[in-house]
Amino acid sequence: MGIDNIWVFAQAADGAPTTGTLELLTKARSLGSNVSAFIAGDGTAEASALGDHGAAKVYATGDLGGVLPGVAVSSAMKTVIDGGDTPDLIMFPQSYEGRDVMSRLSVKLDRTVLTNSTEVSVDGDSVTVQTPIFGGAKLVNSTFTGEVPHLAAFRPKSFAAEAGAGAAGEVVSAPVPDLGSTGGATVTAVHVEETSGPKLDEAAVVVAGGRGIGEAEKFEMVENLAKLLKGAPGASRAIVDAGWVPYSYQVGQTGKVVKPTVYIAAGISGATQHMVGMKGAKNIIAINKDQEAPIFGIADLGIVGDVHKVLPQLIAALESR
Amino acid sequence: MHVIVCVKQIPDPALPGELDPTTNTLKREGKLILDESDSYGVEMALQLVAAAGDGEVSLVSMAPNDEVSGLRTALAMGAAKAVLVSDPTLAGADALTTAKVLAAATKKLGDADLIIAGTESSDGYTGTVPEQMAEVLGLPSVTFAKTVEVADGTLKVDRQTEEGYDEVTCSLPAVVSVTAGVVEPRYPSFKGIMSAKSKPVENVTAADLGVESVSWAQQIVSVEDAPAREAGEIIEDDGESFNKIVEFLDELKVI
Repeated sequence: MGIDNIWVFAQAADGAPTTGTLELLTKARSLGSNVSAFIAGDGTAEASALGDHGAAKVYATGDLGGVLPGVAVSSAMKTVIDGGDTPDLIMFPQSYEGRDVMSRLSVKLDRTVLTNSTEVSVDGDSVTVQTPIFGGAKLVNSTFTGEVPHLAAFRPKSFAAEAGAGAAGEVVSAPVPDLGSTGGATVTAVHVEETSGPKLDEAAVVVAGGRGIGEAEKFEMVENLAKLLKGAPGASRAIVDAGWVPYSYQVGQTGKVVKPTVYIAAGISGATQHMVGMKGAKNIIAINKDQEAPIFGIADLGIVGDVHKVLPQLIAALESR
Repeated sequence: MHVIVCVKQIPDPALPGELDPTTNTLKREGKLILDESDSYGVEMALQLVAAAGDGEVSLVSMAPNDEVSGLRTALAMGAAKAVLVSDPTLAGADALTTAKVLAAATKKLGDADLIIAGTESSDGYTGTVPEQMAEVLGLPSVTFAKTVEVADGTLKVDRQTEEGYDEVTCSLPAVVSVTAGVVEPRYPSFKGIMSAKSKPVENVTAADLGVESVSWAQQIVSVEDAPAREAGEIIEDDGESFNKIVEFLDELKVI
């Protein structure tokens, strides 16, 4: 017994596994287990990187033909499990597709799910995951008490991705069975929102704006400062919901998790939902006119002041250097 | 067109959350309000029914203590009726159990063309219930919808992705989870608030719904404080504080 067979739901873009996928494979490998990746698509382009991060085997569904991965990949997983390869633990990235695949599979297998986790540990047959709550102020440790496979989803950047496991994973076909009435949703067009500069979740500097920016037009200040610092602009949920900036800017529980060298929070009070996405930043600078704002509780440098005064001065000072 | 919306009633998020010292689950005593992230689903449903020209919006919810305050808000917005699963054996239920219960509760309301839910609740944020419900009911689903339309019996959704969005079409009936901001939720009118008081809310238990074996295979073993992040230097802006930021950025070698 013990936990010796772990699967990772692998996601890829343009033939390369996502960083989140490689993080989970690295962690799975560190648990001293046989690791398999399970990927939508033919898996050939990704097999080498997946293998080098720990996946000895790569289950590949083949082209999904526009069917959403949630229902398709979970059905393919169920087929493999019914065929006799039962993992002890399946790790999912806490992403749109990761959540969907895990949800569908949980019903198919009648297994509970634990989500939003940032750590996993194994003791004999027991698997425990750790999940931050209350904006990361407290950590909850939960164990699975039912039959394997255990299903758990992990927030991005919970683990470091390290190559070095060696050979490419062996690609094994895991076709999608007939989906019946559940397969009714199909992607008819894909839109990529182009952004210039570094990606929000990879940038060394993130400048984020919140409600304190006052109005949509003033978000330009945030974008200008981000550009000067070769960073990425981000936003709190409040101004995304208000429609000032696209959802892809959102930092927090329901948005991106960022861990930049410097995070500048401009006019952001620091709601729990936001803090959980940025408190891993190495250095935090906060500008807010309310000195009671929770963001000051975690800021390395806090300026109690008006963003409409401080940001333009800061931008001018940086431009003149 | 009949649209069922799953709504959650949660403790006021403006108040600090608390854990029950014995079970370590979130305290949900006292007054519960409509989760703001569900108000988008209610509004979406009302707009779809209005666009269809006939039909109604009904609600399903699960709450431990017969609490209806949040449901009344959604009824005041314009929903016609609700089923509330209120059952002490469901306190602390996992997402899978919740999905089974809510799926069974929808059956009480008759055939639905569409079931709408938020992408995740603002208190527990597991984020799996809508897709789990779809699987329990054997329906297709589209999660993370940022726009929703129904035309000629087909659902058209712009679905949020990491890189942008996908256009998705889906047969009905189906389950859709909507992101915050998908529509602007209306404020209940005075008339709406008054009429909501007499709209039917049916109270049921898990057993009434035929959901048996109410148990879940996870257990909280401990809760610990996260390592605290020390607050640094907080200064009042004196018109020159931007220099402090420049110095700090300089020290960090990002400029």
